[in-house]
Amino acid sequence: MLTVLLILIPFIAGLIAFGLKGSGPKVLGMIASLASVAVAIGTVCTLHAAPQKLSFVTEWIPQLGSQFRVGLDGMGAMLCLLTAIAFLLVFITIYNRDTERPNSFYGLMLLSQAGLVGVFTAFDALQFYVFWELALIPVYFLCSMWGGEKRIPVTFKFFVYTFLGSLLMLVGIIYLYFQTPDHSFSWTSFTHLQLSMGDQQWLFWLFFVAFAIKMPVFPFHTWQPDTYEQSPTPVTMILSGVMVKMGLFGVLRWLVPVLPEGTAMWADFAIVLSIIGIIYASCIAMAQSDLKRLIAYSSIAHIGLMSAAIFAHNEQSTQGVLLQMFNHGVNIIGLWIIVEVIQNRLGIKNMDQMGGMARKAPRMAIFLVIISLANIGLPLTNGFIGEFLMFSGLFQYNHWFMAFAGLGIILAAVYTLNMIQKVIFGEGNALTDTTTDLQPGETVALSLVVIMIFVLGVYPQPMLDLVSKAF
Amino acid sequence: MNALISTALSGVVLMFVGLFVRNKQHIKFFAIAAIIISFIANLALYPTVQLGGYVLYGMIEVSKFSVLFNAVALGATLLYFLLSGSEFEKVGEHVADYFALIFFILAGITLASTFSNLLMLFLAIEIMSIPQYVLAGADHKSLKSNEASLKYFLMGSFSTGILLMGIALIYGSVGTFNITELGLGADPVHPLALCGIILMAFALAFKVSAVPFHFWTPDVYDGSPTVFTAFMATVVKAGGFVAFLRMFHVAFAGGAISQHWTLILSIITAATLILGNFSAVFQQSVKRMLAYSSIAQAGFMMFAVIAVNQFATQGIVLYAAAYSLATIGVFAVLMKLKDYTFEGFNGLARKQPLLALATAIFLFSLAGIPVTAGFFAKYFVLAAAIQHGHLLWLVIVGVLCAAISVYYYFRVIIAMYFKQGDPEVEPVSGGFKAALVLTIILVLALGLFPGLLIGCL
Repeated sequence: MLTVLLILIPFIAGLIAFGLKGSGPKVLGMIASLASVAVAIGTVCTLHAAPQKLSFVTEWIPQLGSQFRVGLDGMGAMLCLLTAIAFLLVFITIYNRDTERPNSFYGLMLLSQAGLVGVFTAFDALQFYVFWELALIPVYFLCSMWGGEKRIPVTFKFFVYTFLGSLLMLVGIIYLYFQTPDHSFSWTSFTHLQLSMGDQQWLFWLFFVAFAIKMPVFPFHTWQPDTYEQSPTPVTMILSGVMVKMGLFGVLRWLVPVLPEGTAMWADFAIVLSIIGIIYASCIAMAQSDLKRLIAYSSIAHIGLMSAAIFAHNEQSTQGVLLQMFNHGVNIIGLWIIVEVIQNRLGIKNMDQMGGMARKAPRMAIFLVIISLANIGLPLTNGFIGEFLMFSGLFQYNHWFMAFAGLGIILAAVYTLNMIQKVIFGEGNALTDTTTDLQPGETVALSLVVIMIFVLGVYPQPMLDLVSKAF
Repeated sequence: MNALISTALSGVVLMFVGLFVRNKQHIKFFAIAAIIISFIANLALYPTVQLGGYVLYGMIEVSKFSVLFNAVALGATLLYFLLSGSEFEKVGEHVADYFALIFFILAGITLASTFSNLLMLFLAIEIMSIPQYVLAGADHKSLKSNEASLKYFLMGSFSTGILLMGIALIYGSVGTFNITELGLGADPVHPLALCGIILMAFALAFKVSAVPFHFWTPDVYDGSPTVFTAFMATVVKAGGFVAFLRMFHVAFAGGAISQHWTLILSIITAATLILGNFSAVFQQSVKRMLAYSSIAQAGFMMFAVIAVNQFATQGIVLYAAAYSLATIGVFAVLMKLKDYTFEGFNGLARKQPLLALATAIFLFSLAGIPVTAGFFAKYFVLAAAIQHGHLLWLVIVGVLCAAISVYYYFRVIIAMYFKQGDPEVEPVSGGFKAALVLTIILVLALGLFPGLLIGCL
């Protein structure tokens, strides 16, 4: 029942938020996200004690053999926890901001949270598909209503792209459904399918394209930098912190176990694409002067590494990915919070116009340095252990792949340090001198991020234990 | 059977009511009462046919499928009357006649879902078509309306001729009109019968506006009074499809013969999907966009005709319901606006939140986004095609086209929600809003629990 609660809390709160006025929506958003975090922690504890209590099955469309079937394993619980924390961080950061039409904003945010949790908990393919789409609709409206100047064409491209991918996946799901002996959509039936090599070979692509667009993996990434740039920053946090994990999650839950031979066959190809993505995105990131686009490209590079590690498909790399999914989510949200703060104070995104902020805003500068270093995987920060596991997994698979993927680390250090230098060090100018340091809400959010960075960096064992719990 | 009698009688009675009742409101209420009676009369048959249908004099066959389909058609018409009934009087003086013509069309549709004899098929198609020619030209003073009527009439009678020719050829080769006794499956296929089947396929493709027999559609739908376009593009089109589906599933399925027509119909379907969707992208008027969208949606319904299986029959009922509800709803909102271009919708969300929300949900449904009826409609026809086994290429074409369709449906949503503007909206009555909310509830209910409808099949 806890699992259903995880979906219901944001869903109901979201519907109520539409009807509230004044500061009502933001208070409700805060309460709902705190409750979600509490329930998510509850599910993690339950997972250790009595995992069967987290499953919930009821009839949905008996004519089709589709059931409403939710459950949680280590990966699901970790992602639900990440989702809950991400929304909490976002709501804390923007608590003191004036949002235009707050009722719609918070309503849509909470609905997207419900959709995301639905994706991570689904154990029925049709239900998974429905939530996969549902998570997208509120985000589409959020980006189009509150985004930057070019928001309408950009988010539209994003929508059509992902919609096309998911339709291909739907074709794959229906095909698999007809192959199951009991005509069922349940995950167990799907994973027990005995498919011929030929079938797996092309079915792989139907699923892979859908997930690759969402992650995004080169060459399906073109929607991503524009969307990150044009979206309002709170939404970008959700997009890059949680939504891209849908793609990785999809591969881990619905592609690798369902089509093992297809995955093995195309693994090299997928890894090559991912590695091209790492290097390509890192090179572009080095040349960016727009802060939001730089982080967007760095995100493509990080996701590329995770995707390569998934397809390397050994124990170490998979563990590394699972760990890194959480850590990357936390770190990138931390970075976006700082971008949000800078935009709020200065109203600009161009790094060439920044500089010298360390003097005016020392606390922000410290947070930026810590989070950036965690993002490039410095030892003792949370980024290190995940990247280490992924690289050692990739090395076991093929050391050439590891060598090229490893270039990403060096390039990441280049553009990240360059960014730190441009933003907070150097000469200030008339504009940056007006900066003020962090407000209490922002400090709380960033402190939470930094605490997680250090705790998980020094003692990652609990998280490793959590994610290694299979369904 | 009940539906056939009650709709035909209602039509006759309404014609006479027009002579005695001058108050247009009363005529509308009378029509709504008549459609409710027909709806209930039709459903009253459901318990009897639950265990299996029956055939009347070898002419019509009443089955669970036909009762359910008629319920969908009559229910959609009821919503159409509730939403757009008051628009009838803006077209011209003869309100009662328009209602009567709609009831005659419905009689044709109920016949189309029950025929078991080729002659009955011919009658059904004709009864459906002739009142439409009149309705298309109902606006005497508009040149476009006259053009639409004449065009529709000329093209329509031509295709009816082809249908008759096809029926004659089939009769010539097998010697019976009874569709269950044609026995065309045997190898080798009689060349006369094959010609007959192809001619019938072309004629029926014309009625459901499949490419390349679609040329009348945009002009007729655009030229006709909008209130009648809403009916012609939805319930009548679904009626055409049910005739198409019955003909091919009952009479022509199985054996060597189906391979011959499967290829032809697949090509027609692919062409319909591609042309319908691409043309809709370039439209500037929402009314014309909906005309092309009806062609594009016809492409998806063709999947159900080609794939002869359980999913197809369930799919056509669900698709008819989902598509009719959504399109009737969008047209109802469209008629409240002065400006039919996409810009005419700018800023509607601020001015009329309910109308905008309803339109958005209906467009989501047409685009096939989950938790709306349109998703499961698309799901079922795609599943039918995938189960068929040899149509995977067509499924991929369909999926790509569905992604294109998002482009033109979302243009309206973008205009309503993300653009500034001050659209001129006619005053909206409480009854209209209630009917709109009812339609939204139906669209969402079918989107969450399609079993409500197909579970009855």
